[in-house]
Order: sequence, then C-alpha cells, then structure tokens
Amino acid sequence: MIPAAFDYVRAGSAEEALAALAEHGDEAKLMAGGHSLIPLMRFRLVTPGVVVDVGNIDGDLRGIRVDGDVVRIGALTRHSELEHSTDLAASCPLLAHVASVVGDPSVRHRGTLGGSLAHADPASDLPAAILALGGSLVARGPGGEREIAASDFFTGFLESALAPDELLTEVRVPVSTGGWNYQKFNRRAQDWAIVAVAVSDGGKGVSLVNMGSTPLRATAVEEAVAGGASAAEAAAHAADGTTPPEDLNGDADYRSHLARVLTERALNAAGLA
Amino acid sequence: MAVTEDTTNAGGIGARMLRKEDGKLVTGESKFIDDIHVPGELWMGMVRSTMAHARITSIDTSAAASMPGVHSVLTGAQLADMDLWAAPLPCAWPVTDDMANPPHWPVVPEVVHHVGDIVAVVLADSRYQAADAVEQVIVEYESLPAVASIEQAIADTNLAHTDLSTNKAYTWAIAPDPEGTQAAFDAAAHKVSCRFVQQRLIPAAMEPRGVLAVPSPMGGDITLYSATQVPHILKVMMAATTGIPENMIRVVAPSVGGGFGAKLNINPDESLALVLAHRLGRAVRWTETRSEAAGSTHQGRGQIQHVELASDANGKLTAIRVKIDADMGAYMMLITPGTPLLGSFLYHGVYETPKFSFTCEGWFTNRTPTDAYRGAGRPEASYAIERAMDMLSYEVGIDPIEIRRRNYINGGEPFEMWENPAGIFFDSGHYTPTLDRALEMADVAGLRAEQQARRDAGSSKQLGIGLCTYVEICGLAPSRALGGLKYAAGGWEHSTVRLLPTGKVEVVSGSTPHGQGHETSWSQIIATKMGISPDDVTVLHSDTAKSPLGLDTYGSRSLAVGGVAISMAADKVIEKARLIAAHQFEAAPEDVEFTDGSFSVAGSPSKSVHIQELGFAAFSAHDLPDGMEPNLQEQVSFDPPNFAFPFGTHVAVVEVDEDTGGVELIGYFAVDDCGNQVNPMIVEGQVHGGVVQGAAQALYEIAVYDDDANITNPSLMDYLVPSAAEMPSIVTDSTCTPSTTNPLGVKGVGEAGTIGSAAAVINAVVDALRPHGITDMKMPATPMRVRRAIEAANGGAS
Ligand SMILES: Cc1cc2nc3c(=O)[nH]c(=O)nc-3n(C[C@H](O)[C@H](O)[C@H](O)COP(=O)(O)OP(=O)(O)OC[C@H]3O[C@@H](n4cnc5c(N)ncnc54)[C@H](O)[C@@H]3O)c2cc1C
Repeated sequence: MIPAAFDYVRAGSAEEALAALAEHGDEAKLMAGGHSLIPLMRFRLVTPGVVVDVGNIDGDLRGIRVDGDVVRIGALTRHSELEHSTDLAASCPLLAHVASVVGDPSVRHRGTLGGSLAHADPASDLPAAILALGGSLVARGPGGEREIAASDFFTGFLESALAPDELLTEVRVPVSTGGWNYQKFNRRAQDWAIVAVAVSDGGKGVSLVNMGSTPLRATAVEEAVAGGASAAEAAAHAADGTTPPEDLNGDADYRSHLARVLTERALNAAGLA
Repeated sequence: MAVTEDTTNAGGIGARMLRKEDGKLVTGESKFIDDIHVPGELWMGMVRSTMAHARITSIDTSAAASMPGVHSVLTGAQLADMDLWAAPLPCAWPVTDDMANPPHWPVVPEVVHHVGDIVAVVLADSRYQAADAVEQVIVEYESLPAVASIEQAIADTNLAHTDLSTNKAYTWAIAPDPEGTQAAFDAAAHKVSCRFVQQRLIPAAMEPRGVLAVPSPMGGDITLYSATQVPHILKVMMAATTGIPENMIRVVAPSVGGGFGAKLNINPDESLALVLAHRLGRAVRWTETRSEAAGSTHQGRGQIQHVELASDANGKLTAIRVKIDADMGAYMMLITPGTPLLGSFLYHGVYETPKFSFTCEGWFTNRTPTDAYRGAGRPEASYAIERAMDMLSYEVGIDPIEIRRRNYINGGEPFEMWENPAGIFFDSGHYTPTLDRALEMADVAGLRAEQQARRDAGSSKQLGIGLCTYVEICGLAPSRALGGLKYAAGGWEHSTVRLLPTGKVEVVSGSTPHGQGHETSWSQIIATKMGISPDDVTVLHSDTAKSPLGLDTYGSRSLAVGGVAISMAADKVIEKARLIAAHQFEAAPEDVEFTDGSFSVAGSPSKSVHIQELGFAAFSAHDLPDGMEPNLQEQVSFDPPNFAFPFGTHVAVVEVDEDTGGVELIGYFAVDDCGNQVNPMIVEGQVHGGVVQGAAQALYEIAVYDDDANITNPSLMDYLVPSAAEMPSIVTDSTCTPSTTNPLGVKGVGEAGTIGSAAAVINAVVDALRPHGITDMKMPATPMRVRRAIEAANGGAS
C-alpha cells in the first residue's frame, strides 16, 4: 500500500508526453486517470521510475465528436463524460451505458476510456463494449499515428498491441443504435464483473468480460446469430473456446454457465427472440 | 419507568437530538491518529512472516539498515536481548485452569505461528523509507507443518505450536444433566442435527489501527496515542507487560474511526511503539495498511457449530445440545478464549427448553488470532438457534413463525428475572410484540402470496422470507460474574459529574466512544437529570489523564453501565446542590424540591434557585453549610447487578436469481427492544450498521485461507465489504421493555443488529430455495454456492 519512490512528469500536450516516453524509455509509465496504475503501484506490483501524467491534457485528446457514421472519442475522455453525453446516448447508447456501470462515481470521474483500453484488463467493461461495437484505436508514437482494430488490440493478460513509446489518442466506434444490451454480473455495485456480456446491433457484435486472459469476442455466438439461431441456441455457445479464470467469485464451470445465462438475457434484451 | 420517545424536549432522554460529534467529523476537524505528528518521530515498518509456521533460520538486516533514513532494524532475537518486556502480550481470560496459552511476543524471537507475525521492525524517518527498508530485510525460514483449518486442528496430525502436545487449548462446558439431555433426545418425536460454519471475518473498520508513542525524556512519562476502544485497559496491560510504571503511562484514544471489537486488543505494535519510544527517547509511530490488517489485527468468528434440537410432536422443544469447535488462531489475545463463550448462555435463544447442554473446545491454528468482533459469540449463538429452529420447523412441518410462538419463554408473555437453563437470569422480556410488529411491517402475509405466485409461475426470480427472533446478553458486566468466568478484570464503569463555577457541566466518561455518539447521549442524560440544556454539557473521555478510571467500550456496555454511572453521579451532584439551596433558603433539605433544574421550598414557590446558579456558590465557598467541602463534583463507579438482555425480531426478504445464483436483499425489517432509549436516532443508526454487518457475513464476507494457511483475500477488492448500494432501505421500529438491571431501564443496542441479521438473511435464502428441498446454505451465500446448491438439488448441473 506504500508505493516505491518514482519521479513525476506532468505532460502538457501529447508531444510532451511522447518526448518524455522517448527520454525515459522502459522506466516510464503513462498515467491518465491513475485508477488502474496507482493501485498496482501501491501494491508494488509495478514500480515505474517515472510517471508521465497525461491526465490534464485537453484539446483533441478529450471529448466526443459524432462524425458522419463514426463516433470519435478522445482517449482521455473520462467514464463519467461518456456516461452523461447526450451525443453518445443518441449515437452509441451501448457505450454510454457501459460507462455508467464502471466502478462507482469517483472511479468514473477519474478513469479514462484510453486508460481502460490500454490497461487491457479482461475484467474491465469498456474494452468489451468497444469489441462488440467493432471499434478501433488510434495510437501516436515516434513514427506517427496508426489505427488498430479493437479485435487486434488485446494480445494477452494486461497486454496490448500498444508499443511502450506510444500514446493512445482516440477511440473510434461506428454509430450504432440497433438492439443492444449489457449484462454485468457482480456481487457489489462497485465491483468488476464476475462475467459480463455486451451485445450490439441485435447480436451482430457479442463480447465477453472475464472469460479469458483478454477481453473476448464471442465469435461462436455471433456466427450462430448470423446463421439465424434463436437467442437460447446462440447463447449455448457463449463459453465455446474460452478459458475462464478461477477465483473466489467463480470457477471456470460457473463462469461458463454465467456466460450462457447472461448471453441469452442480453440477446433477448437486444431484440433477438 | 418506560420512556416513550420525546418529541417536545429538544435535548433530554428520548429526544432525537442531532449528534454533537458530527460537525467535527464532517468538517475534518476531528483528529485521528494519522493526523497527529510530533517532531522527530520515527516510523515503524514491520517485517512480517510470509510463512504460517516456520523456524527463523536467519535474518539479514544489513542492506535495510544502510538505506536512507533508516535509524535501525531490530529482529525478535535482538529485541529479546534488550530486555524490553516483563511478560508476553496479555490474555485476560484464561477460561479454564488448564488452558494452554503459548507466549505471544510482540516480535517473534524464533518460531512464527501465523502469516503476519512480526519478525523484525524497521525504524525510519518516514513511512516510505520504512516500507522500502522492510523490502530489503532477508528472512530465511525452515518451514514447519501448518494447521490451516479447524478440521486440521482437531485432527492433531500437525501441531500449531510444536511445544504443545495437542492443538486443543481448552474444553469448557455447561452441561447440567447430560444423561437427562440424552434421554430427551431418545424420547423426542422430532430431532434435527445441524452443522454450521461461522466463517472468519475481517473487522475492516473504516480507520485502520495505528499508534504513536511520545516519550517525555526529562519528565520520565510517556504518552501512548492509539486508535483503540480501550485506553484504560491498554494502560494497565502496558504497565503489566512492559514494566514501565503505570503512573508514568498516559493513554489517549483520539477520534477513532470504528472498532467493532477489533480495537479492544493489546497488540504487538502498541507494545513495540511504547517500549521503543521509552528506550530511544524518541516518538515512534505506525499505521497499518489495509492488506497488512489481515495479519496484524485480530479477526472475528471462526467456529464450527454442531447444534441438535429435540422436540415433541408439536414442535415444542425438549432439549438443545450444542458443541462448538472454536478457532483461536495462533495465540490467545486479550479475550480470544472467552469470545465464543459470550454466546454460551444464549444457545436456547428466546425459547424455553427443559434440557440444555453446551460444550466448547478451543483450537489453535496457524492463522491470525481471533477475538471479539461485533456481537462476539452472540451472533454465532443466535445464528445457530435461529437457523436450527427453521430446520426444526421443516422437520415438524409447521411454519417457522408458529414454531417460534410455541416455544417463546413464558409463552411470549412479559416476564422479569427468568432463570435460563444455563443458570443466569434474563432481566426482562416480552417477545410476542416484536414478532407481531415485524410481521406487520414487512407484510409477511402479502409477501407469502407473492412468493407463491412466483413459484406457480416458475419465475427465475424467487422470493425468500426469513425470520430471526433473537435475544442477546450485554451491559458487560457484573464484576463478580466476570470473576466467576475467570475474566481478569471487573465490569464496572466510572463517571464523574462536575458542575463548574459558571454553571456548565463537565462529565467525565470511563467508557470510550469510537463512533457511538457518547457526547450526545451523555449530554441528554444530564439534560434530563439536571434540567439544563445539553449544550451546557461537555463530555471528557478517551484520555487517561482526563478520565483516569474506566473500563471502556465493548459488549454494548456504554449506556447500560457507563451511562447509568453518569446518571447516578448527577443524582449525587443534585443532592449536594440541594443542601446548598436549603442553606440559602434557610429551609430543611427535605423541604426543598427539585424540578426542571430549579430548587424551591415546598409551598413557597417564590424562593427558587436554578442548579446552574449554585455552581458559583460551591466554587466560591463563601457561604456553604457547616462542614461541607467546596465544589460540586461527584463520582460513581457503577457495578451492574446483572447483565441486560435486549431482544427483537428481524425479517429479511431476498430475491434469488435461480439462473445465476445471485441473491439480492430487497427488504429488511427490524423491531428491536433495548428498553428505554436515550436517543432513538442513535439507536436506529446502531441497528442499521449492525444489520449490514450481519448481512455482510450472510452474503459477502469471508477470510479465505489456503492449505498453507495464507490468507488469499486481504484486500478490500477481494474481501467484499458491502456498501449502501447492496442494502435495501432498512425499516426499523421498537418496543420498550425496560431493563430491571439499572435505574435508567436501559439495555444495549450496539451489537443487536448484527446478532439478528445473519440468521434472518440465510433463513430467507433457504426459504426461497425450499421448493428444491434445500434446508441449509453455508455463509456467505455466494452466487456460485447458491447456484451449485440448486444444481445439486436437481441432480447435477443444468
Ligand atoms: C475501486 C475501483 C473500481 C473499479 N471498477 C471498475 C469496473 O467495474 N469496471 C472497469 O472496467 N474498471 C473498473 N475500474 C478501473 C477503472 O475503470 C480505471 O480507471 C481504468 O481501468 C483505467 O483508466 P485510467 O485512466 O485510470 O488509467 P491509468 O490507471 O492512468 O492507466 C492504466 C494503464 O493504461 C496506460 N495508459 C493510460 N492512458 C494511456 C494512453 N492514453 N495511452 C497509452 N497508455 C495509457 C497506463 O500507462 C497504465 O498502464 C475500477 C477502478 C477502481 C480503483
């Protein structure tokens, strides 16, 4: 609970942040809302030499813009801003809703969308939403910008396709107002999901939280839906190919069972009979 | 006297007065231990054992000792050589003459007995430097087999303490007639035999424990600030175990953010801070981290209960036999061995039984010591009997409400001084009204109809309704009774009431608040007694220099013992003031009346003086009756003649999602009877918090140890303390059956909510699942556990 010593750099712009990353290399760690990083530092599970604070950078890195059929969201946009944005509620209600069930109000006022994605925690809510929506992420590094599909982004437990010298700047999701639902199952309102299921566009996009080492797309369910299966038939495939974690809240069998129950509920709520 | 709620009097007994403490608390003006700093203070960093049972083979402190800001690093062996202690940490309750009590040193010299045992201490200029240095201390161990559970302790294959011959610490029994009890079982029309597990709980007060010892090298004395519930007991125990003379030790409990029993102990850190500060002549401090607390602060519960009930064909009890296996953990702390026994007298609950037998065996394990946690022994007892009564009702085939009515003490009619089968006297009780009121408030009839409708419709969300009609024992305690139970101290409480020269009143309280609102309640008692405004009353407490005598706060004793002492001391002040008034009136004292704060002569109302005006007369002492000492200050040590026995009925309503196994507590109704209430708002607050703590045991909390006796969930991410979001809006009401134990007619209420709620919630969960043939559910009723029970009842996974 007492972090090791570290240096602190406050970046005023994306350029300053990238410069600090270049200067300090492996020693440096970006901090946005700090709500995943600081707990790890307090347990001394990570001990960065330099913390580069990007949490106060404004401008394009923050805010929600609907641009034709794409919604562009600055990576530093906080969960509470997603939760309360009327633009987002109209253009991508699934994402606004998912943001509203992350943690508790104080977490949502600090945590950022980019931080949640970069942290790549399979138990987090927002990565699943972006996956189900078929979104993409924009990363800026020394070599310029690149766009990474969400389905390519999560590479392992707390690991992503992001390079250590890259900064997430934007998240893009399609405007999506078809049938959607999010089923989050946990024991306390403020907790991470034991299992959760996100459904977008009447079942075209389905993703799973805490059913493997990364946030997952439930491809077997998506295929069943595409093939005309009922909600119950499609949901029976929810745990196919997954390797759910085991902890005090649930073993693998129980998580698989939950995934099936929640998927059926989510598909039903999203309009699939 | 039965006091009903007083809405006219803004500040006396019975008023819902807002708490005097809250302004300071919500504005941050209150000082907690971590807010107090002194120049030159050193932080302790504890090097804690990572093994549950092991012999230390080497400790290398050299790297740590040379780190920046580090003053010194001391191992247990080095500390033992420094001759800092006169005795190991104390256990005040050796429950039997032959109880095993292995030495518990603040820092282990040779063998560690639980994960978290301290093996070395770092002293550094800052908390961060101390934490950095702790990481650099290299400890090597030779592992010894660990006892990781009660079952393993009973097996006695491995020993938690290798120099003992068994893990059993003691056997304690109240078994007046074993043969008769057995005969009752042999003849019974119905029997149930239940095994319940009281899981270990982490007390998790909002403020962690902390300590700061400040020596006064020239003065020779030393002040120990501690986040403690028991400054007076701590002072005596520190003197006894360190050899520092008691008159040189002052203990101060600053604002304390909750205790729930976890702050009534005498802890290694407190002792270490004191002796090191004394030896070094420098202030020494420490604050536990949340994860550290799992090994540095005692835990609650930890029992396996075997409960057998026998009844006649109508469900009328004929015998109760109880056997408890209680987990002591690694050491006997202050009241570790006695904690399970605090419930021993209550395993028959609110029911009459001709035969009763109770046996408890205490077992050592290599886990954090257990000790008092809100309710201490009584939640376990009420859980056992209330769960078992439901199981008996299934067996007999009658409603859980009906089986309770058939068995209530005195047929549910009012009683006083009823002798229970364990030989103690319940002061007063009247059980039917709390049941009737709770059933009405919850609309149990309507809920039953809704439950049936959902069952008929095959809904996946089933309703469950659970009942608990509890009694508890509090107001600890008559000193002689404690002596009989081999408890080392008494159970009195002390108070001084002072009428100051300007008419204000100072109350010195021996009981020590840590969130309960003593300043408010004591002011209300004085307001009613002396006829003055509660704003004119100041309460001094929690500092042995201001309040030298006291036995502190635990066991729902503050009002029923300490509050009574205050009212008695106020009576004495009034009596002395009456003599001064009579002297001024030139009247006989027996002709002087006292009403609403004023003295007057019977029959001549023009002659009158307010008691507050007499403060100056007593202070100036110019014209007091011959031979009277100056000043108006009186003290009382009240030793209660009996315990107090609050009771009540709680109804829990749950919704069980049969597909996920998720349980939601959707309604909670509590009708408690704690006798007369000084401040009904404070009573409700205590009930609310207590109910949540019991519901937390039922649904959320468990300290999970692995096979090597490591705790696996020490952080609040994995140890699930529920928040307001998980709780329904709790509906409360009360009945009033005054205690016959004390002149205020009060009982305690600090633990009642916890004592009633775990059984009510689990009874509700089981009630929801009855159509599956399910009769019991282990705590906590996690979604996975509930779902598995449904699957098992229906022949495997679905
Ligand atoms: C009590 C509590 C409860 C919570 N409950 C939930 C929950 O229910 N569901 C849930 O999903 N989450 C939950 N969270 C996590 C929360 O949502 C975090 O805020 C979020 O996961 C991380 O966002 P952040 O901005 O705080 O990231 P930070 O903690 O600042 O950073 C996290 C990681 O991302 C990297 N990073 C941050 N921003 C960028 C960027 N722009 N580019 C590249 N890398 C970056 C950092 O270097 C770090 O490795 C909870 C957190 C807490 C403390």
